Amino acid sequence: MLKLLLTRARQGSRTSRFPAEAPVLPDRFRGPPLIDATKCADGCRACAEACPTQAIRFDERGPEVDLGRCLFCADCESVCPTGAITHSKEYRLAARSRDDLLFRNEMKPRAAALDAAMRRLFGRSLKLRQVSAGGCNGCEADVNVLSTIVFDLGRFGIQIVASPRHADGLLITGPVTANMKLALQKTYEAVPAPKIVIAVGACAISGGPYIGHPEAGNGADSVVPVDLYIPGCPPHPFTILDGLLRLLGKIDENGTALATK
Amino acid sequence: MSSPSLLPMHNGRAVERGAVPRLSLEDFRTAAIEAPERGARIASLFGTGAATGGVELFLVLACDEDGRLEVGSTHLESDAYPAITPECPEAHLFEREIAEQWGIRPVGHPWLKPVRFVPPQRVGADPFGFGKGPPVVGVTDFYRVEGEEVHEVAVGPVHAGVIEPGHFRFQCFGEQVLHLEISLGYQHRGVERALVGGPTPRSIHYAETLAGDTTVGHAIAYCQLVEALSGCSVSARAHAIRGIALELERLANHTGDLGALAGDVGYLPTASYCGRLRGEFLNLSAEMCGSRFGRSLVRPGGVAFDIDPERAVRMRQRLDAAVRDTNDATQLLWSTASVQARFEDTGRVSADTAKSLGMVGPAARASGLSRDARRDHPTGIFRFAQIPVPVLSSGDVYARAQIRGLEIERSAVFIRETLRALPASAGIRAPVSALAPMRFCASLVEGWRGELCHVALTDESGRFQSYKVVDPSFHNWTGVAMALRDEQISDFPLCNKSFNLSYCGHDL
Repeated sequence: MLKLLLTRARQGSRTSRFPAEAPVLPDRFRGPPLIDATKCADGCRACAEACPTQAIRFDERGPEVDLGRCLFCADCESVCPTGAITHSKEYRLAARSRDDLLFRNEMKPRAAALDAAMRRLFGRSLKLRQVSAGGCNGCEADVNVLSTIVFDLGRFGIQIVASPRHADGLLITGPVTANMKLALQKTYEAVPAPKIVIAVGACAISGGPYIGHPEAGNGADSVVPVDLYIPGCPPHPFTILDGLLRLLGKIDENGTALATK
Repeated sequence: MSSPSLLPMHNGRAVERGAVPRLSLEDFRTAAIEAPERGARIASLFGTGAATGGVELFLVLACDEDGRLEVGSTHLESDAYPAITPECPEAHLFEREIAEQWGIRPVGHPWLKPVRFVPPQRVGADPFGFGKGPPVVGVTDFYRVEGEEVHEVAVGPVHAGVIEPGHFRFQCFGEQVLHLEISLGYQHRGVERALVGGPTPRSIHYAETLAGDTTVGHAIAYCQLVEALSGCSVSARAHAIRGIALELERLANHTGDLGALAGDVGYLPTASYCGRLRGEFLNLSAEMCGSRFGRSLVRPGGVAFDIDPERAVRMRQRLDAAVRDTNDATQLLWSTASVQARFEDTGRVSADTAKSLGMVGPAARASGLSRDARRDHPTGIFRFAQIPVPVLSSGDVYARAQIRGLEIERSAVFIRETLRALPASAGIRAPVSALAPMRFCASLVEGWRGELCHVALTDESGRFQSYKVVDPSFHNWTGVAMALRDEQISDFPLCNKSFNLSYCGHDL
């Protein structure tokens, strides 16, 4: 017992002060790719060709990155002959619509909160059932850590629960494989209405590395309606937490904590 | 003792396909069946479409004591052959996979059922006698125990925790589990099929997401193949950085597992501490490459990120702090009677069972099998740096936990030393040319769960004609089923977590 108490004292208090304080991310953290089109050589498409998920597209307005497809892998940056691509340090990436993930060097408005009626229902207590539908265990792992003492999801009134019957919504990872489609549909139906769906990671948003595979679908919104998209491969835990708090209206556009009633 | 009929070769070396002996079916079967007697085990056994029509089977044996692999093939003329499994149980899942993928029936297989519930790659094949329709996931002939008070418990595919999907069927007599059957396939994404015709810009990403918690391990296995097939030489510095990343992956996962095991027996202090500490190790990976899972670090030809001297110092300091706290947290496990009472003698797998199933990794080492690809088939940094391999004999949850604790200590020493003395070579990423045509290569890596085995065959234009992945989970899932025999159903989470196998790594 004494040993336990000593250990407890040594381990200390480790819960992050987010959102009151911004998280400290590693210097090599990769946010969305920023493409300086003025540096692009004429007709060069090296980045688009190197992109494993065809996330980069060129049109008359220049390059556009689909953050729903992006794996944040830097393959584009490493092939760019003119050094036009860098990665921003932005981690606040969640969006309410698929279109809001189309990125031209500037985030569209960050994810808006649920409407007042839904916020009244879920704002102080949101229970989510997680469904992995072909996820590689990367997104699952970084959802799981939200329940550790570092992130302490419970202090925001959010909890991952064991049954869809106990849940207010689903948090989906993976591209939705053919073999998981029915199970996902049934789990969705088992959640009492009104309910929300959150798609976490490139797979759940677009199919990710498996885009176009007949064995894997192209994301959750081909099966169920999605209310919040959180991009990344996998998204950083703070990216996921930021998205959840925005959805519940607990932080404002800049990330400042709002008092909840 | 080497096999007279197979070709000896080494981990991560390519040979011409013509050099791989094509055996008669009888000799091929004998080579597999006699492998355990010779101290060899099946690292991979798979089929591929033969140029002349029909299916060609390939066998890759690992002879651990001699540090050697042995390979051979056979051409199947018909849709059936006498199964290897009755005389060599470790072949059982491989033969089911061959049946499912190629519509070849291993006659006499005692447990012939789908592995991932996917249609065969050959039109018209019906290996399981399903008739016309495609297979439906989870619908199979489950083993049943009959009896008045016997009941069946079905769990999944969607589980209670944040965990991947799989289906579990327990045959129970009261609380006692008579048999557990594990039916997977829900995570099947078609990765092996998609790798054929590569390399493409996506190939390395397939490797990194085969099992996301083993990103570095699978990426190294893939890169070793590409480097062997293209004749690319990786710098010593890049090898060292890969080794650091691989061992950080082991630290993170082992620490997480010890925390989860503590949680499963209701011992919350260690569960809380290890939950945080796992993140410290993931953050060290992010310090190297920006990704907590080591994504984008390992690339064909070397690594994409260097470790500058200041970074090495910073990483060592953070590592020391995290390892100190981890040892502190795990010592509580070994000194708390209520934890020991639950760990000891729970989920026992005997050495004989582990050996006959071909188990690998910490689960095998906890059952007395001294197997570790880093020592037995070393590549990269492990040709120069040896990490001691702990082996225990009790084969229970306690041993599987204890092995992790010991490996954390040994890996931490390796990382610290390697960070201190990074080889000063010129580059970290060598250029990679096109793959040589008509080659065969096998690549083994000791990931944190055990041996990862990638095998590639290139065609006449130097593209992957076949790409076979064996995640350690493929060898070990049956071990979970055996661990549950005669245990209480309430001990399933504990037994399962003590293996912590991958669903997506199995389902591919």
